[in-house]
Amino acid sequence: MSSLGNAGVAWTAGDTTDVLPAKDGNEIQNYMINFGPQHPAAHGVLRLVMELDGEIIERCDPHIGLLHRGTEKLIEYKTYLQALPYMDRLDYVSPMCMEHSYVLAIEKLAGIEVPLRAKYIRTMFAEITRILNHILNTTAHAMDVGAMTPMLWLFEEREKLMEFYERVSGARFHAAWFRPGGVHQDLPAGLLEDIGAWCEGFPRLLDEFQGLVADNRIFKQRNVDIGVISREDAINWGFTGPCIRASGVAWDIRKAQPYDAYHLMDFDVPVSNDGDCYARFMVRMQEMRESLKIIKQCVKDMPAGSHITDNRKVAPPSRGEMKRSMEALIHHFKLYTEGLHVPAGDAYVATESPKGEFGIYMVADGTNKPWRCHIRATGMAHLQAMDFLCKGHLLADAPAVLGSLDIVFGEVDR
Amino acid sequence: MTIVAPELGKHSWPVMATHSGLAARLGEVLGTALIAIVEHAGETTAVVQRDALVTVIAALRDAEDLKFNQLTDLCGADYPERAERFEIVVHLLSMAHNLRLRVKVSTDGRAPVPSLTTLFPNAGWYERETWDCYGVMFAGNPDMRRILTDYGFEGHPFRKDFPLTGHVELRWSEEHKRVVYEPVKLAQDFRSFDFLSPWEGTDYVLPGDEKAAGQ
Repeated sequence: MSSLGNAGVAWTAGDTTDVLPAKDGNEIQNYMINFGPQHPAAHGVLRLVMELDGEIIERCDPHIGLLHRGTEKLIEYKTYLQALPYMDRLDYVSPMCMEHSYVLAIEKLAGIEVPLRAKYIRTMFAEITRILNHILNTTAHAMDVGAMTPMLWLFEEREKLMEFYERVSGARFHAAWFRPGGVHQDLPAGLLEDIGAWCEGFPRLLDEFQGLVADNRIFKQRNVDIGVISREDAINWGFTGPCIRASGVAWDIRKAQPYDAYHLMDFDVPVSNDGDCYARFMVRMQEMRESLKIIKQCVKDMPAGSHITDNRKVAPPSRGEMKRSMEALIHHFKLYTEGLHVPAGDAYVATESPKGEFGIYMVADGTNKPWRCHIRATGMAHLQAMDFLCKGHLLADAPAVLGSLDIVFGEVDR
Repeated sequence: MTIVAPELGKHSWPVMATHSGLAARLGEVLGTALIAIVEHAGETTAVVQRDALVTVIAALRDAEDLKFNQLTDLCGADYPERAERFEIVVHLLSMAHNLRLRVKVSTDGRAPVPSLTTLFPNAGWYERETWDCYGVMFAGNPDMRRILTDYGFEGHPFRKDFPLTGHVELRWSEEHKRVVYEPVKLAQDFRSFDFLSPWEGTDYVLPGDEKAAGQ
């Protein structure tokens, strides 16, 4: 530790607390350990300073910010369109859902109309993203408690979903494809059929995965009754998404405050009353099946029309149009240099991202750049309850609790 | 307060039921603590007295017909031209009535804002973040450490007068065998493009052009 002494590390190896005299005269000390910042079960750069009494966690102090990039500050110096790709880099496990809140916030402040086809496309890809996220979380959670096979099986499916990403946007992760007014490019020919075909095959794999772990004795011993949070506590700690639904609160923004095409979709909201790690896992498993229902409806009912608004002050004209029309060329040039202007005012838009409520509080000052763009990170509220959830549990339960909260540091640290 | 059913599918952003009479009801509940109510983009903002923040939030949480039972978010915003330049923005959610409300207080950066940790435990980190980024103190928060920035960081980076590039940069020093902090060296000047009036030209002097002014 001595070489790092000047780097401002808050804790050193010599720190111990609560020196307790034992009966035989030997001193027993509580033990402080660092879990992370580079620990495979920490799901990123998380440093947990834990105070242990034997193997029991007495106190757990998460140190976050190791991936802080100042996204909110950077956005203030970019135009609305230039700032959009930062969203992908927040929760990099569900990039399009991050873009979703951002473009909806701009649409709300500027009152932009979106064609129905664009709403369907965004809804469909938001649900593809939900499956993408839940595959990673559920299999990584299983891996954290010892089950390796699910990750090997289901990552192939994740790969197929990322191919869908690539076919629409050209990028496997950082798509930057949702734009104010719609999506950047229309779906390529044949994509809907391929997504429909994928939806037929996926439930079998999901069943196999669930059959492997859900009734597995070891998996249950590691998760059932671990990290229990009651309904009231979950609300008070600001839980949202699968974490609050696992505690018996049937709250889903897609149902309560529907956006895009969710009001046209028929789906159920899975809820559990147990509030433990196992319940959070099972809620996510069921949510993937509900997402499949939504994707299938989108594939079946996908309306014809434009994929983006024809308001040229918001969305660029097509390439073909630019070759023939001077006005289209000017609009394209102005849009990509100056960018769109958003009328002054503030708005908070929250969507149901795979992890929970992901909100954007946007303050516009009437220019082409946001004055302030605060990102309400879902994981920050969940991670904050780590101390509450881990207290009194064994050290080995901490990865299970962390896995069940679904933390991604791109989003928590921003 | 009467609830007007929302018109689904009218726009892309989240649809919420409108509550006619919400502003009047807020006036009743908050009393003299209320400074103003602002309605924008279908959202309601209550600007309240800074010192009354805790009683205001408690009243909003406990009123049976409002029941704002979740603290969604708490963040800061900087408006340097105002006398009290910092705005603390609190977002509340009522799951029972499907309502969202924004509560704002302002401070000059020296006067502390009352902490909401006694009402909502998750206010703790949000207040730490606001302290870290804007340097606004919260009276009553038991743990006012920095949260997002580096250990030993100086300054409050989200203030409008804090440069985007920061003041220090760090690198691994082979000589000292540790990470060292140095003042930021920019290979090229920080460029701030004036997008708003590209046709009138820019008002900076190109390097070397100042010599021509004397001729």
